[in-house]
Amino acid sequence: MSASASPDAAASGFPYAGANISLAERAYRIRRHALRMGEVQGQGYIAQALGIADVLAVAYFHALRYRPHEVRWEGRDRFLLSIGHYAIALYAAMIEAGILPESEIETYGGDESRLPMSGMAAYTPGMEITGGSLGHGVGIAVGMALGLKRKKSDARVYTLFSDGELNEGSIWEGVMGAAHWQLDNLIGIVDVNDQQADGPSSAMSSREPLHERFRAFGWHTQRVDGNDIEAVTAAFDAAREVRVAGPRIVICDTRMAKGVPFLETRERNHFLRVEADEWQQAIAVLDAGFSTRSPR
Amino acid sequence: MSTTASAAAPKKRLTTSAMIASIAAPGQRTAAAPFGNALVELAAQRPEIIGLTADLSKYTDLHVFAKAYPERFYQMGMAEQLLMAAAAGFAREGALPFVTTYAVFASRRAYDFICMAIAEEKLDVKIVCALPGLTSGYGPSHQATEDIAIFRAMPGLTIVDPADGLEIAQAVPAIAAHQGPVYMRLLRGNVPLILDEYGYKFELGKAKSVRPGNDVLVISTGLATMRALQAAEQLQKERIGVEVLHVATIKPLDLDTILAAASKGGRLVVVAENHTVVGGLGEAVAIGMLRAGVAPKFRQIGLPDEFLAAGALPTLHDRYGISAEAIASQIKTWL
Repeated sequence: MSASASPDAAASGFPYAGANISLAERAYRIRRHALRMGEVQGQGYIAQALGIADVLAVAYFHALRYRPHEVRWEGRDRFLLSIGHYAIALYAAMIEAGILPESEIETYGGDESRLPMSGMAAYTPGMEITGGSLGHGVGIAVGMALGLKRKKSDARVYTLFSDGELNEGSIWEGVMGAAHWQLDNLIGIVDVNDQQADGPSSAMSSREPLHERFRAFGWHTQRVDGNDIEAVTAAFDAAREVRVAGPRIVICDTRMAKGVPFLETRERNHFLRVEADEWQQAIAVLDAGFSTRSPR
Repeated sequence: MSTTASAAAPKKRLTTSAMIASIAAPGQRTAAAPFGNALVELAAQRPEIIGLTADLSKYTDLHVFAKAYPERFYQMGMAEQLLMAAAAGFAREGALPFVTTYAVFASRRAYDFICMAIAEEKLDVKIVCALPGLTSGYGPSHQATEDIAIFRAMPGLTIVDPADGLEIAQAVPAIAAHQGPVYMRLLRGNVPLILDEYGYKFELGKAKSVRPGNDVLVISTGLATMRALQAAEQLQKERIGVEVLHVATIKPLDLDTILAAASKGGRLVVVAENHTVVGGLGEAVAIGMLRAGVAPKFRQIGLPDEFLAAGALPTLHDRYGISAEAIASQIKTWL
């Protein structure tokens, strides 16, 4: 992990402002941490983790305000992981951000570990909620965003959910509630990877036109390539800065297993099978891909 | 449960009780909106208290709070999953949410949100629900006959079933003072008063003997305690002594007090509750006695394990055995 750029940056709540490490490198390192955790357990939602790594790099190294060593700091932006099975990705991001020690990678999913396979607030510093029972994150975010407004806090609530999760009716209760209460301090992020437990999301329930749907529900809406770091950064900036009332959403189309081509092309699957000897191979491919793209 | 034959057909035609029906008998003393008024009083000292509902403020007496503290009241619309999730979010940000809806919707529709967003996180959310058991004539859609069975299985959730308006008013500050999630069954509107006649005072987690009696021990909760007390007074005239042990807190259960009373004097032990005989206080007491080796003659008064009929509440309470008359007559058949 990398230290803060400066004490000033840490105090401001943007610990990596001005740090001399690109978001692309952060994303690469998040992927690498995730692959190492996958290897520890021999399994994990690694395709989702690789797919969402760019979004998490932008979140934790550009957009979010937090203090790595003070996870309950009142002024922090709250990041809610509604999709609990993406915990492997969030742990990787929090390790990279210095919130969790890198040494805990070895404990991932093990007995007594602080890093269970599905994210739980009571287990892990920096994990704001217990996700996993899908459809909870938006509703909890509505309450937190209202609670922050009650306290006159300018902190924001980010909540990450997925296209499969949009099947849950409770998501839409929360979407309507956030619009009703004009929650301009709430930023939703939808990971659209077109994959859920029984197959492609688009084949399971009517999902599109997603952009128009959120707009019709009263949300400021953007849809970007979630593996295009510049586009994601611009979208997060706009979501924070746009002067409109109401909640904001960044719909991120992502590619499962992004960054490891031989896994990207594997049969698309919610729970990607990776053989025991493939983890190191995947890390090697990831390393090679990063060093050819951006040598340093 | 046997039907109790009425001595004479009622003169006035009874009508189906809607949501606004009162459970007070004609002429019975009542307290108006005891929950709403107690919450308003408490909120003056505790600025972190907020109120949330899902389109049922008027029918859960939360409208009293909403009127007194409009800036602390959140109308979430008819969306119980959002209601519970948002309450969890509020609690995470330091508010103390009192959340109201009907018991059927909290237990059946919003269960996962209470379980995972609130209870698993040990969050300080107070869920207060109207129409517990058989307190609506609307039929099964509004009759929460199995809410206690559902919620008893949820780890870490405290469950309270007050008997009357006095106890509701006393329970509000007590559950607010308790750290952690609470589910409270609510009698709303003009709520009968009876416990004040017995010098009763609510204590969270304590079962309390409300009246003594040498022949029968009735262990009861909620509305059934009011009915059991009325039945006990009737039976007294027939020289049948009935102790009523009121168990307002169903979880955690005050087994020490219950077992001590059940062990005393070879009395018939009857558990009475406004709830299905499956999974409620009756079964909780039965298993507690069995584990402790306490084995008195034991009977259950409660709603049958079936979807109940619609109709007028007095008729239904008689039919399903939880009116005072029905309780008294059942006890007599067991002596």
